[in-house]
Amino acid sequence: MSFVKFENVDLAYAPGGALAIQDVSLEVKEGEFVAVVGPSGCGKSTLMKLISGLRMPSGGYVYVDGRQVGGPLKIVGMAFQNSNLLPWRTTLDNVMLPLEIVEPYRSTLKKERVRYEAEARQLLAKVGLAGFEDKFPWELSGGMQQRASICRALIHQPRLLMLDEPFGALDAFTREELWCMLRDLWQQQPFTVILVTHDLREAVFLADTVYVMSKRPGRILVRREIDLPRPRDLDVTYTDSFAGYVHELREHIGRVRAS
Amino acid sequence: MKVNLVKAAPWLVVAGMFLLWELICVGFEVPEFLLPAPSAVWKVGVEQFEPIMMHATQTFITTLAGFAIAVAVGLLIGMAVGSSPLLYRAMYPLLVGFNSIPKVAFVPVLVVWFGIGTVPAILTAFLISFFPVVVNVATGLATLEPELEDVLRSLGASRIDILGKVGLPRAMPYFFASLKVAITLAFVGSVIAETVASNLGIGYLMMSASSSMNMPLVFAGLIVIGVMGVVMYELFAFVEKRMTSWAHRKPDGAA
Repeated sequence: MSFVKFENVDLAYAPGGALAIQDVSLEVKEGEFVAVVGPSGCGKSTLMKLISGLRMPSGGYVYVDGRQVGGPLKIVGMAFQNSNLLPWRTTLDNVMLPLEIVEPYRSTLKKERVRYEAEARQLLAKVGLAGFEDKFPWELSGGMQQRASICRALIHQPRLLMLDEPFGALDAFTREELWCMLRDLWQQQPFTVILVTHDLREAVFLADTVYVMSKRPGRILVRREIDLPRPRDLDVTYTDSFAGYVHELREHIGRVRAS
Repeated sequence: MKVNLVKAAPWLVVAGMFLLWELICVGFEVPEFLLPAPSAVWKVGVEQFEPIMMHATQTFITTLAGFAIAVAVGLLIGMAVGSSPLLYRAMYPLLVGFNSIPKVAFVPVLVVWFGIGTVPAILTAFLISFFPVVVNVATGLATLEPELEDVLRSLGASRIDILGKVGLPRAMPYFFASLKVAITLAFVGSVIAETVASNLGIGYLMMSASSSMNMPLVFAGLIVIGVMGVVMYELFAFVEKRMTSWAHRKPDGAA
């Protein structure tokens, strides 16, 4: 049974205006790692807004966990290209922010603060930020900020993690480090991931399934399953089969851009 | 050495200004009823210390009262206008139009409504100083990053949650910056009203002194207002730094 399901979804931001995405149908299984690639402005971020319930489709249906999406979901964690950490809060307090909003944490936060704080510190340690909990975000490097941002997206143990080009602003080496960090988090405690990205190597390295979208209005052109064995190591990115996947996806993108 | 000079600079400039002023008055033998020398102003200030302080206290309290109302009302309107695009569109022309009216033109109206005295002065101080608070709080709220709002909304945060967790803390540097502007404007407002319609306060003192050609006393009043303005400005600058140190961090990352 599918965890996220799109049935012929259209979305126009203004009623009767141009469509941002058109006739999108897709299914994501629980625990699946999905990547969505496409040229810029193809409506990838729109997809995320639809899944998280921030936007209602103009046509078609969006189901998450068997129910039609009718508003913000709360079982979702999000992270973006910009880490969006709050500069007046320490790293730890930034990570704890969702606990101040989502139930059941919200009402138990006062009593269980020590326990939740320990959990947050543990999560930060997992992504290599032990010792930086009490620093402010602007005292961290870009890669560290992004690690903290992903911790914030995961602290309330969402069943669905949505990432919108989270590594787009990082240098190549930091980016590969963060791929591995995300891979490890996902493998230790499976959750469903939808990753929007420009980077085909990133998509192939991390995902089970890659979707290629067309230019605006965004449609799904290709669905490609990545049959590389797990756990994947960075070495896999230098194999022929990996290069084959990237090459194939690159051709699809090239065709989209030329059209 | 350099640090000391930076610290001493404002005092040196003030001292230099008074010195130059004194020299001009003595050197060109400027008559006292045109421009009294600082020494003459000082003499009057010492002689009439008690009445000056009495009027200064009145002005100070009036200003603070008007300023306090301005902060409260400014925060409320700013929050409303800043968090609702509809209200923003609806209210802005009215607010700007109102702010463009010279407040001195409004004092006679206040006098008709509330009589001569402290109330029109408080209200004038309020009217003249609430606008920068509104604009800054509204700007701080309206420039919230949409992605950050998405993060919170996808967690099911209400508008109040977003305002309290992110909007207001983020608007605080704007708010405290506006307080520095508002407090100096509040002095302008209260003194204007006292000049036109009161029998108390520095404004009144200067008005009555100038009608008897007692120019040293007029200048003593001006200097007292200036000193109060600087002190309050520095106070709020200090509060601003303490409350929003995260926004004033050094570029190299050292707090």
